[in-house]
Amino acid sequence: MAGLDKRVATYEQALEGLTDNMTVLAGGFGLCGIPENLIGEIKRRGVKGLTVVSNNCGVDGFGLGVLLEDHQIRKMVASYVGENAEFERQLLSGELEVELTPQGTLAEKMRAGGAGIPAFFTATGYGTPVADGKEVREFNGRKYILEEAITGDFAIVKGWKADHYGNVVYRNTAQNFNPLAATAGKITVVEVEEIVEPGVLLPSEIHTPGIYVDRVIVGTFEKRIEKRTVKA
Amino acid sequence: MALTREQMAQRVARELKDGYYVNLGIGIPTLVANYVPTDMDVMLQSENGLLGMGEFPTEGQLDADMINAGKQTVTARTGASIFNSAESFAMIRGGHVDLTVLGAFEVDVEGNIASWMIPGKLVKGMGGAMDLVAGADNIIVTMTHASKDGESKLLPRCSLPLTGAGCIRKVLTDLAYLEIENGAFILRETAPGVSVEEIIEKTAGKLIVADDVKEMTF
Repeated sequence: MAGLDKRVATYEQALEGLTDNMTVLAGGFGLCGIPENLIGEIKRRGVKGLTVVSNNCGVDGFGLGVLLEDHQIRKMVASYVGENAEFERQLLSGELEVELTPQGTLAEKMRAGGAGIPAFFTATGYGTPVADGKEVREFNGRKYILEEAITGDFAIVKGWKADHYGNVVYRNTAQNFNPLAATAGKITVVEVEEIVEPGVLLPSEIHTPGIYVDRVIVGTFEKRIEKRTVKA
Repeated sequence: MALTREQMAQRVARELKDGYYVNLGIGIPTLVANYVPTDMDVMLQSENGLLGMGEFPTEGQLDADMINAGKQTVTARTGASIFNSAESFAMIRGGHVDLTVLGAFEVDVEGNIASWMIPGKLVKGMGGAMDLVAGADNIIVTMTHASKDGESKLLPRCSLPLTGAGCIRKVLTDLAYLEIENGAFILRETAPGVSVEEIIEKTAGKLIVADDVKEMTF
């Protein structure tokens, strides 16, 4: 089974081959379900000129925000980036390029990228700045814009449990963009809280089948909460 | 008197129907959850991937892996389901959500909405708002009728970059409930104690006062 054993022992091995100017897809929504340690490894490697595709860009000092500190991100593709002062500074000074993409379109771009669909039509964004320069087609009396799929050189994913085969399950709403990013990376790396023996995860409960996954590593996670709200 | 945020949420809640799936945006729309009638079963959709959003957790239930689209910690109610973001937006873009409630900076007589970008100021992004307005048939926009310096937000034509074109039919402001039909705002209800004249004065877009205009009661 060695050929299908996706486990790696170190974070250095997990991101072996990541170099300057690559495109990295990252799972997560806000700070929920983000690949904290893989982001840390990108920082440690010091690679520059990255295009990062992720719904958000972390916060100052945590999540993808740490990659802004050393100017490792050249371009960010995201739907919402309002939680990060350094991001704002780099955007306004022109150090950072940003492509704002509607959240559903971003999810679908990754899904399509992983599924071999080069582009799709959607009503989302028609008549708005998002449609600028994009082909418009009418179907059944309604206007749609053409959106192109996204793939990455690497996808970095945070799962809950995985097995040796790279089958992954996610926990609660930490699922979000993770399974989509997982399908669309040339090299998909998943970090999880626990690696279980093969057979422990039921075939019918797998969110991400191992065919999409190249490397699995177990890590420990801070799991920072962005907006802590409790019942009065 | 202009409606309070709580009264606006209460008024929106009157549009709920038993068995609805509803997406509530950040701000006043979120408060609508507090006014779901007890004899109704309504399922709240949170676009990060949760159908069946429950109450905020107790300290003991607090879970970093369980948040809503506003990034607040929440719980899942009985009957809830959790899924990935593409599935979540398939529900939204596929027209499966019965009611969407969201805020805006401006709406106009053509049903255009601007809610995500003020040029020259920080651009934070549209999040899921463009998907929500493009995907839903039944949308209620909640906003103040005029800005703090008295500028109307109900316009002949939106001045800010759009979130969606021609997709809004219902607007609840702190002064009135209006519908958009045939290139005009139709004034259906006034806030208690707010005169029709004041609403006319604060509506920049074409306004038609419905014959049966009513005063809201709470």
